[in-house]
This record gives sequence, structure tokens and C-alpha cells, in this order.
Amino acid sequence: MINNSTTDTNSLPLGEMSEGQRGNLYNYILGIADNSLILGQRLGELCGHGPSLETDIAETNISLDLFGQVRSYFQYAAQISGDDAATEDTIAFLRLERQYKNVLLVEQPNTDFGYVIVRQFLFDAYHLLFLRELEKSNDQTLLAIAKKSVKEVSYHWRFSSDWIRRLGDGTQESHERVQEAVTDLWMYTDELFHQTEADQAMIAEGVGVDTAALKEIYYKMVSEVLEEATLEVPENKYFHKGGKQGIHSEHMGYILSDMQYMQRTYPNMEW
Amino acid sequence: MSEQEVKNLEEIFEARIARDEKIEPKDWMPEKYRKTHIRQISQHAHSEIVGMLPEGNWISRAPSLRRKVALLAKVQDEAGHGLYLYSACETLGISRDELYDQLHTGKAKYSSIFNYPTVTWADMGAIGWLVDGAAIINQVPLCSTSYGPYARAMIRVCKEESFHQRQGFEIMLKLANGTPEQKDMAQDALNRWWWPSLMMLGPTDAESVHTAQSMKWKLKRKTNDELRQQFIDQTVPQADLLGLTIPDPDLKWNEETGHYDFGEIDWDEFWQVVKGYGPSNKKRMKDRVGAWEEGAWVRDAAMAYAEKKEKRKNDIKRAI
Repeated sequence: MINNSTTDTNSLPLGEMSEGQRGNLYNYILGIADNSLILGQRLGELCGHGPSLETDIAETNISLDLFGQVRSYFQYAAQISGDDAATEDTIAFLRLERQYKNVLLVEQPNTDFGYVIVRQFLFDAYHLLFLRELEKSNDQTLLAIAKKSVKEVSYHWRFSSDWIRRLGDGTQESHERVQEAVTDLWMYTDELFHQTEADQAMIAEGVGVDTAALKEIYYKMVSEVLEEATLEVPENKYFHKGGKQGIHSEHMGYILSDMQYMQRTYPNMEW
Repeated sequence: MSEQEVKNLEEIFEARIARDEKIEPKDWMPEKYRKTHIRQISQHAHSEIVGMLPEGNWISRAPSLRRKVALLAKVQDEAGHGLYLYSACETLGISRDELYDQLHTGKAKYSSIFNYPTVTWADMGAIGWLVDGAAIINQVPLCSTSYGPYARAMIRVCKEESFHQRQGFEIMLKLANGTPEQKDMAQDALNRWWWPSLMMLGPTDAESVHTAQSMKWKLKRKTNDELRQQFIDQTVPQADLLGLTIPDPDLKWNEETGHYDFGEIDWDEFWQVVKGYGPSNKKRMKDRVGAWEEGAWVRDAAMAYAEKKEKRKNDIKRAI
């Protein structure tokens, strides 16, 4: 649970933030949290359908970690939103599709276990590097969330990269399947390093993470595991983008219609 | 072994159980004891993993983040229960793959309650409150059952189940104190889950084939009808507290017996569901079998990788 006394935990007390700074911080937090929200939602869909009981438990565990992180971020975002009615749930459930800021990678469907693992792997590498930097943020609340999350995400990374090795260097079939997933999902990796206006403003304040500086190490980290797994590292010229600006894939509307179903059908109720 | 020797061993075995000693995997046991335990423990394990499906159905639609996290954690607990129960069962000399095969081919049963659909959010409350409530009544006595690995698994299972039951009751309480739509949703869930929950405690004593032997081995401490009565007596005041009505016009307190009298259970419906013709039997099996078959290439890959790794390790050792 996030500390409610924001005045002594932030680099700039809330009361002293300009409207613009507050807006940038709010958007910055959503930009981080929406990735965990949508990936957590995707993993939640798999519950009870994994290839083994052990992977089922692990995937649910990752989903749980991600939602836990989301709650911390959104509780903080609700405080700084300037809207008294805002809560973690209004932010999670009551935005329009164009207002969600997650990258396209995390909304990609659970095509098969190969896609699930590759999506996780490509995100975990980024997430881990990102949180290690966020641990140095000037914003004490974000720093605290990062410190807690980085332990969880190190485990996610270990889980997903181990499975990349198993599938890549397992059987001919698993090799082919996981290679296809890597090739398909690779085109979503570049967006992880795009910076929005809010990102740039927060980097300038020492609150946000300069993701551009993580790009090289990210591709090195990911490529090393892929090579070890006897998989080919794709050499894409073209990448997809848009999620961070709220322009999502066609999958997103369905994710939200599930996720928002109760809140939209029964507005203004407590659960 | 001569017939007389087996008989002697059986006597020693039964005496140990009578003295409340635990039977452990390496101990001698009658074949019937082993088979009965495989049947019951695996049925229980299968119920846990099939039981993940009706609740898993609401994870993506849970109404708040807090509820979503709690539901995910609950379904994950069930997977964990499945895991330790399968492990307990494996100590009796059967593999998990064989047990899955029995489930997937319909040879093994699981709790019929999971063959009912979860159609509203309130069903997450009703399942926790009623289904887990009935399960606890069934399971608490098993914490002191004669087979050691099962008894130990059950201690952990029961702790988590009581937490789930409180969580389910809390969902119902929130709905019952909510808007008229929420209250209706709660009442509707109670109406649909009440009778199947009573059936969950098993056929009436007259029809129950396994009771006598199971009592002797402490796989059962009370009969199905006694357990059912206990469940009803315990649950009626809780429904009152929620302000909900139990859908049984014949339900009333009996001063003389000190228990609630209740109406006739529709045993035709019970047998229909047990025999595979309940509303969701097909869907549940399709999901389980589908997950297993679609996951085959993943499990094969994990095996192949482990073998390669082992071989490489040995090659290095030899080279040194």
C-alpha cells in the first residue's frame, strides 16, 4: 500500500506542482502501470488452461504480481489526479480505449504457450531494466514501488528466459513454434523505448527513466538468451507503434470489454 | 505370501488404524486400502483443478482490482491444492499422468458442483460461501484420516479453504448490503447454488456405497446425511445475517431435534450431473482435455531440453 502522505515523499510537494507537472506525472504513472494492467489481464485469461499445473501456477503468480504493482501505481495516480472521485478502480476500469497507454506488445493474444512466453520474455527484459533505473527516481513513491517490484520482475525474467531456452532448444516442433512467436512479436519491441511528452518531462525532472539509454542493453540481453536457445534474432527494419499514444490493435477493445464489463454494466457501485 | 500371512498383516494394519497411527507410503497396506485412497485422493485433486475453471471464468471480469487479485489468488490456491493432492496420491504408486488420463477419459470423477455454470459475479461469492463451506465440512475430518500424506495435505488445504469461505461470504455481504440490483444478484446466486451445494455432500446414506469401509479407515467420520445436516444448520443463520432467503419452503427449525428440517433434494438432478449430463460437464472436460493436448508440445520440449542438458553435463564430466 502506498504512503498517503505525499507531501514528504515527493521531490516536489503536490501542492507546489503546477497543473502541467501534475498532469505529466499522472500520465507518466499510467504509462508504466497500463503495461502491467493489460499484461496481467492477458495472463489472467489463461488461468486453468496451462500446459501443466506448475506453469499454470507460475503464470497466475506473475499476473498477481503485475496487478499488485498496478494497484500501487493507480493509488498514487488517484492521489495526484486532482480529481476527488478518482480511485484505483476508476483509473483501471473507466477510461476510454484511446486513454490507455500500454505498448502494443502486452495486448497481443495468448495464441499458444510459445507466444505467451515470448511476449512475457520480451516485456520482462524491458521491465527489469526499467525498474532498476526507476529505483533511482527522485519521486520517493515511484522509487518504493520499483524497489518492491524489481524483486518480483527478476523472478518473471528468470521464468520466461528459462522457458525460452527450453522451447528453443527442446524439440524441433517447439523450436519452430517459439521461433515463429519471436519473429512475430519482435516488431513490437521498439515501441518499448519510445518516449512520450510526459516521459520526457519526467526524465528532465529526474523522476522518469531515460528508456533510450536502455535500448542497447535490452537487445543484448534478449539476443543472448535467444542465441543460447538456438533461436534466430530477427533483423527487422520495421516496427509497430501507437499504444503509448492510445492507438491500439484490434485486440484491445475486446480486452477492455471483458475487463470493464462489471463497472460499465453496474455503474457507481461498490464490490 | 500365504492367505494366513496376509490375514495377519491385515489385522496388524487395522489395529494400527484403530490406535490412530498414521499409515505411511512405505508401510504395508491392503490392496483395497491403496485403491480406495487413490480413488478418493485423486477425485479430490481432480475437483481442485476442474474447480479452477468456473471461477477462472470471472477473473477477466472481476469488478475491482482488489477482487481480481483475491480471485486470482484463490484460483491459484486451488491449483496448489491440486498439486499437493496429486503428490499425496503419487505416494500410492500411481503417476500424475495416469491420474490425468483417468480424468480425461471420464474414468475418474470430480465434484459434480463444478458442472454448474458461473453466470454472474455473485456466483464467486456463492461458491466461496456455500461450496467451500460444504467442502470444509467434508474435509476437516480428513485432517486426521489414517493415510499420513493425505492427512498432512488436508491440514494445509483446510486452512486455505476457510479463508476462501470467509472471502466468499464477504463478497455476498457486500452485495446483500448494496443496491437492489446487487441484492438481486446475490439472491439469484443463492437460489442456483443452494441445492447443488446440498447434493455436494453426497447421496443419502441409504444410497452411499462406500460409507462403511471408509468409516473404518477414517476416510469418513460422519455419514453424508449427518454432514448435510451440519452444513444446513450452520448456513441458515448466515443466510439470515445476509438478509437472503434460502430457496426451500420446507426449511424450518425443529425444536425437538435441535436441527433444521428441510425439503426434498432432487436426486434425479444429482445423478444426471454425476453421469455427465449436467449443464457444464462437456465444457469442463473439453477445457481440461484441450489444455492438456495443446500443452503436449510444451511438456515434450521441457523433457527433451532436460535430457540434452543432462547429456551435456555428462559429456563435460567425461571430457574432464
